Amino acid sequence: MEPIDEILTEAEALELPTEPMRLNMGPSHPAMHGTIRMVLDLDGETILNVDVQPGYLHRGFEKSCERGTYVQVYPYADRLNYVSPMLNNVGFSLACEKLLGIEVPERCAYYRVILGELSRICDHFTCNGASAMELGAFTPFLWLLKVRDWIWDILEKETGARMTHSFGRIGGMAAPPTPGFKEDVRAILPEIRKVIGEAEGLLLKNRIFLDRTQGIGKISQERALALGVTGPMLRSTGVAYDVRKDHPYSLYDRFDFDVPVGTDGDNWDRFMVRMEEIRQSMRIIEQALEQMPDEGPINVDDPRIMLPEKREVYDTIEATIAHFKLVMEGMKPPKGRVYSFTEAGNGELGFYIVSDGSGTPYRVRVRPPCWYNLQASREMLIGDMIADIVPTFGSVNMIGGECDR
Amino acid sequence: MSQKVVAKLEKELGDAILAKDDFRGDDEVTVDLKSWVKAAQFLKEDPDCAMDMFGDLTAVDWPEREAEGEARFDLVLYLRSVEKKHRIFVRTRVADGKEAPTLSEVWPGANWAEREVYDMFGIEFKDHPDMRRILMYEEFEGWPLRKDYPIDKAQPLVEYRDADDTLKLPPFGIEEGQPFGRIDWEGRLEGIGEQVSPSIGLQTGERRALSDSEIAEEQSAELDKRTAESHKPEEAGASAPSEGE
Amino acid sequence: MESKKQMKVLGGNLPVPAFTTKFDALLAWARKYSLFQYPFATACCGMEFFAVAGPRYDIARFGAEAPRFSPRQSDVLWVVGTISQRQGPALKRIYEQMTEPKWVVAFGTCASCGGFYDNYTTIPGVDKVVPTDVYIPGCPPRPEAVLDGLMLLMEKIQKGVHGEPVSVPPKEVPKLAQLRAKKRTGNDAPGGRS
Repeated sequence: MEPIDEILTEAEALELPTEPMRLNMGPSHPAMHGTIRMVLDLDGETILNVDVQPGYLHRGFEKSCERGTYVQVYPYADRLNYVSPMLNNVGFSLACEKLLGIEVPERCAYYRVILGELSRICDHFTCNGASAMELGAFTPFLWLLKVRDWIWDILEKETGARMTHSFGRIGGMAAPPTPGFKEDVRAILPEIRKVIGEAEGLLLKNRIFLDRTQGIGKISQERALALGVTGPMLRSTGVAYDVRKDHPYSLYDRFDFDVPVGTDGDNWDRFMVRMEEIRQSMRIIEQALEQMPDEGPINVDDPRIMLPEKREVYDTIEATIAHFKLVMEGMKPPKGRVYSFTEAGNGELGFYIVSDGSGTPYRVRVRPPCWYNLQASREMLIGDMIADIVPTFGSVNMIGGECDR
Repeated sequence: MSQKVVAKLEKELGDAILAKDDFRGDDEVTVDLKSWVKAAQFLKEDPDCAMDMFGDLTAVDWPEREAEGEARFDLVLYLRSVEKKHRIFVRTRVADGKEAPTLSEVWPGANWAEREVYDMFGIEFKDHPDMRRILMYEEFEGWPLRKDYPIDKAQPLVEYRDADDTLKLPPFGIEEGQPFGRIDWEGRLEGIGEQVSPSIGLQTGERRALSDSEIAEEQSAELDKRTAESHKPEEAGASAPSEGE
Repeated sequence: MESKKQMKVLGGNLPVPAFTTKFDALLAWARKYSLFQYPFATACCGMEFFAVAGPRYDIARFGAEAPRFSPRQSDVLWVVGTISQRQGPALKRIYEQMTEPKWVVAFGTCASCGGFYDNYTTIPGVDKVVPTDVYIPGCPPRPEAVLDGLMLLMEKIQKGVHGEPVSVPPKEVPKLAQLRAKKRTGNDAPGGRS
């Protein structure tokens, strides 16, 4: 071996034939975020090319929707982005309501906003917590899980299920808010703040965490836009596109909140954008709690769309018939197609519904935000090292249910 | 809100535009397949349109149109502009077996979207850099999201082992559960307009089962038999004590 | 100590084999309280899996908190979430790479029987691919149900029963259980209302 202090020029260096090594990071892998297969071409530890192969959680969402009625889509829709199921529910409800051309009562819109933002907080907690855990920081993960369990307690009290609630309905929600709803949510917000503070205190000044996330997994603004990236990933590159601000839906124009934006488009920016979004979500929740009326209907009062009250179904014949027709044949929207989009945890979640006038949807297309985010991950990874896959993939927040549907 | 864009597109493409639509505020323009890439490029580069954000590319299957001699699939493109904040849908028609031109030169985001359309519908894209299946596996035959692909036709990669040790019921057949709301696709494709529920069709003998629910019925009969047999010692007052339930 | 206690084994009442040596019992006791998991997490049940490993529903008190992301080093294959046809070969391969003794837990309805995804792309239950020991139904199962399933697995390991799968039984509301018991003994009030 040549002595270390001898400077070698290119021509003198020992020329060994090399070829890139192909490594398979298979569908089952330690990075907790989702089941994905990456076939890497490596030069040593540097990644030359990545072939990202999604589809290992393809569950046939779009085909299953064509098989039942509109309301039967809700359980499937829940399991799209399963860390923030309320946002999917709300998205699908809004799409169907746009197709019908109806608006829900104000109280329902506030209810949707509050539950949706709670879900979004859970999503960002899970993403950031799991990212931290994959980099070795197990403690913030446990703290954030603790907070997530508290939020799930509230959601369980409201909807009946901790996770996949299937709580949205076309024209409203499945049930009105429980009596102690506002107090519960108000009580949990300061706890969330405390835990965020603790977790940030552990992570933000940690040399290892900073080295592993700053400057890694960069993507530029133009590429991000051309690839169809949305959500925290796009905002980390500097584009302030948030569906809630640009195309407000469900009373979001009544709330005062900021859109956090990064500069470099690297993992650190995505992490911080998500942390900041949690704070902004809490701001929205506080304002919504103040503005939400305490009384009033939650559901649209139209028997062609919503199931009538159970008591009336048992007592009156009109409600029985309406119930029967809705359950058996489904709600019948007009013929046509709509595209309705909301801001989900990962970006612009769109539902493109084509209706042929019958009770079964003709085609339900989900525009999944992490599909396009994952497509962008290839460019983010090329040039980095294998160990950078883990934080980059974690910050993409690829949720298999939404990506592969 | 995107009326300006629609107007500009009309001026540029002229009679390549086949239709316009504005249902529920979503502006949509139907163009000829030949001008697909041209329309996309114009929308991206024109400074008034400035559609720099790729939204989505998907397809819709209308098999009944084939019977009328028209193109079967609709390709739908969704675009958005960051600075102007307007959006537009562009639609075109592709016939079964024909290729569509790729948009991955114009927006790289269309790469995976077109792969998914190929995987689910079978529409090939000319000059696509990487035309292979993305959601399903390579050995899969058929195009799942087409209306004539039965939903429960599985093509297992791993041979199923004989899992007789549990008393699990087979999954629901396609017409079990809620009969009326289901669309009888095979009937529709064969031109039977009236939507009789598939299970009623089975009872009257007109329609065969849409799924292997006959196999499912045999299996559940077999399971009932086994349950009856295994419960017999219990009813006779078994010597081996069982957990109180 | 061998007891006549039957586990909730589906398919019949089979007698539990006795341990021949105390050493086997000791070994089984050691194994069941130090299970190394291989979390084959795919879908939504993964979130409840996190919650079970979290501070509230602590799985560490059962000794089963160590995830070993290599099949060579793990005992229990937790199949968490929907297994698609595309994933089948990977699952089979991982099961084959695990060393004996090994157990498989089907976590969630999709892993137990395919769930409500009975379509062209889902394997209807993990037991079509690998032999399963414990089924934990639920979509997703509550963490308490998961811990119940884990305890059933531990019971199974202690008893040394291989091959016969067990399922977490549905917990009946006590009142309903009484009504059903009354009905069975001959009280034929319609609808079970007394």
